[in-house]
Amino acid sequence: MASTVPELAYDSDEISEQSPPGEPACTGYAYELPDQPLISIRPSRTWVALNLRDLWAYRELLFFLTWRDVQVRYKQTVLGVAWAIIQPLATMLIFTLFFGKLAGMPSEDIPYPLFAYAGLLPWTFFSNAVTSSGNSLVGSSNLITKVYFPRMIIPGAAVGAGLVDFAIAFALLAGLMAYYHVVVTWSILMLPVLVALTTLLALGVGMWMSALNVKYRDIRYALPFLIQLWMFASPIIYPASIVPQRWRWALALNPLTGIIEGFRSALFGRAFDWEALALSAALTLATLIYAAYDFRRMEKTFADVV
Amino acid sequence: MKPIIRVENLGKQYRIGRREARYATIRESLVQAAVSPINRLRRALNHSGNGSADSEGHIWALKDVGFEVKPGEVVGIIGRNGAGKSTLLKILSRVTEPTEGKVDLYGRVGSLLEVGTGFHPELTGRENVYLNGSILGMSRREIDRKFDEIVAFAEIEQFLDTAVKRYSSGMYLRLAFAVAAHLEPEILMVDEVLAVGDATYQKRCIDRMNQIARSGRSVLFVSHNMDLIPRLCERAILLERGHVAVAGPASQVVRDYLEDTPARFTDEDLSRKPRFGDGRARFTHIWLVGPDGSPKADHASGDDLRVRVRIQSHIQIPNAALALNVLTATGARIHSGWTREVGFPFFLNPGNQEYECHFLAMRLRPGQRMTIGLWLEAGDVVDCVEDALTFEILEGHGTEFFSTDRLQGVVLCNYEWSRVDDKTVPRSRDEDICNSSPAAHY
Repeated sequence: MASTVPELAYDSDEISEQSPPGEPACTGYAYELPDQPLISIRPSRTWVALNLRDLWAYRELLFFLTWRDVQVRYKQTVLGVAWAIIQPLATMLIFTLFFGKLAGMPSEDIPYPLFAYAGLLPWTFFSNAVTSSGNSLVGSSNLITKVYFPRMIIPGAAVGAGLVDFAIAFALLAGLMAYYHVVVTWSILMLPVLVALTTLLALGVGMWMSALNVKYRDIRYALPFLIQLWMFASPIIYPASIVPQRWRWALALNPLTGIIEGFRSALFGRAFDWEALALSAALTLATLIYAAYDFRRMEKTFADVV
Repeated sequence: MKPIIRVENLGKQYRIGRREARYATIRESLVQAAVSPINRLRRALNHSGNGSADSEGHIWALKDVGFEVKPGEVVGIIGRNGAGKSTLLKILSRVTEPTEGKVDLYGRVGSLLEVGTGFHPELTGRENVYLNGSILGMSRREIDRKFDEIVAFAEIEQFLDTAVKRYSSGMYLRLAFAVAAHLEPEILMVDEVLAVGDATYQKRCIDRMNQIARSGRSVLFVSHNMDLIPRLCERAILLERGHVAVAGPASQVVRDYLEDTPARFTDEDLSRKPRFGDGRARFTHIWLVGPDGSPKADHASGDDLRVRVRIQSHIQIPNAALALNVLTATGARIHSGWTREVGFPFFLNPGNQEYECHFLAMRLRPGQRMTIGLWLEAGDVVDCVEDALTFEILEGHGTEFFSTDRLQGVVLCNYEWSRVDDKTVPRSRDEDICNSSPAAHY
């Protein structure tokens, strides 16, 4: 007598997943093992490769962390993104009052407020980016000790967030230029290059500071002080031209000199100081490359030390 | 079959004490750099033997660890606190680097060392799902695809757009686990994420872990839950002070781990046991007796279990209650003998007194250890000894045909299999099992 097989409540594919407890599951999940290991973990020597491929694989995380930094900064605030403008704006006003008017600082035929703001814009971006990325690794200790991703992304996200603020503050600059009837020339095409250069410099310095901060906690206190000095060493309040010719090279050793003067040249259509700019670019690249390798060298002990 | 994880000679050394790898100030480092030649000279002069932590303050959290995991295997990693389990997972997850040895992974890794990594309290639930998912290694497209599933699993649809800092702790955990539960790498590493949360949440987690374990993924599972490990894992590795002590089938390794301390069998002196209570009276001794009242060391399955306790009381305590609990090695309560339950009028006089609890026909699976806990109360807790006596279950009448694998259950019961729609199929009647009930004794 044929017995009818009752309708199965589940289809046969699922049966293979229900094995008796304690026995290996024989399943339809097929995974081809690669010949070479996907991930090889070895104790590393002192100087390690930069592993750019890994960084590229995690680029979405960079975006998410940047976005998180920006979101968090402005949640539950009243003025919201206006804060990005207030800092350079207020500083510009103070500078105009004390240096422009009272101290009579020359500003090379550009109205002082505009002169100051054009220097403050990249400076604010640089100083904020370096300060926040300097503290970023220590501040993300909860991530570093629990999940793997290339740690360079953390200071990278801090710089990225600074870039967003820069874009917002740039809107005010555009407004100021319109107000002062500044004629825009072709030299403005250099602006993206200069922004990229500033970003790379901020990335290099910030990355290096953040790695040092993990090991030496006094960096956190030294950094604001350093930034303060750096501001006076850069031609923000004053034009580079007030420095006597024979000392101009010392000023150019500061990579920000070439960048900030370049900003002003690009915006106001003046001649570029190509030598200073070339020096800035070289110093920036050197800083970035050294910082990247040093970061990778120190990276292996982050999770143990932070 | 080629392994999907291969670990060879893995070792991780930490510096502890004065020269530990913690953060420093530049001043400290300069001073140390200046003083170090002197220190080095001193150490060379006083060179003594090495321990696991020598005078320099080095400790090997892991040493010579090697094992392989085949594709589709679920392996449990167990050991006492400080054995090196978390360190092992951290190295395999690339959070920290090994000092020596090597690891080869032939698949993508998803690591769950903590639930809710990267959650930011100011962001909404929706934003945190994306952030957390990205941190765990999912691409944005993957998160988009699984978003609805994740939210449904966490049951927080209506709170998606509220900041996470407003969530209750239960909601937070559910959401965090929901994101992690939808990670689908070839290799998954899980570290004791089930330790927190209420009973419903824990059950949910266990079900999901079960699903993942059966899905054919390779899973490394660190847990202290000795009931769970044999259920989820086929193999287990026992770590002891940084070394692999045992590796093999999960139930066997778990048994080795639990039975590390030899049981003391006879008349158990309770004076030194850890206990709590106000101390008006104290349990002083506990022992098992056989049918004639003479002390015995262990229990044959199916026999009556008779436990005697001696209590010493300082004062008279009317209207007290005594409970004697029989537990498995992992703490699950099998049965308790409670004076209130059977209406036994129990009171204490000053001095010594002995009581017996007589369990009829305790039919437990042979080959496991049971623990007895004692509890004395009179309004407040008078004395409680949680780990009073440990004894072994031996073979008894009619137990020869049962398996001694704990996985098959703690208690024994006769049973048979049969087909009900086709009488021609013979029943599974193992006459021996079915007819071996000790009920015949009565």
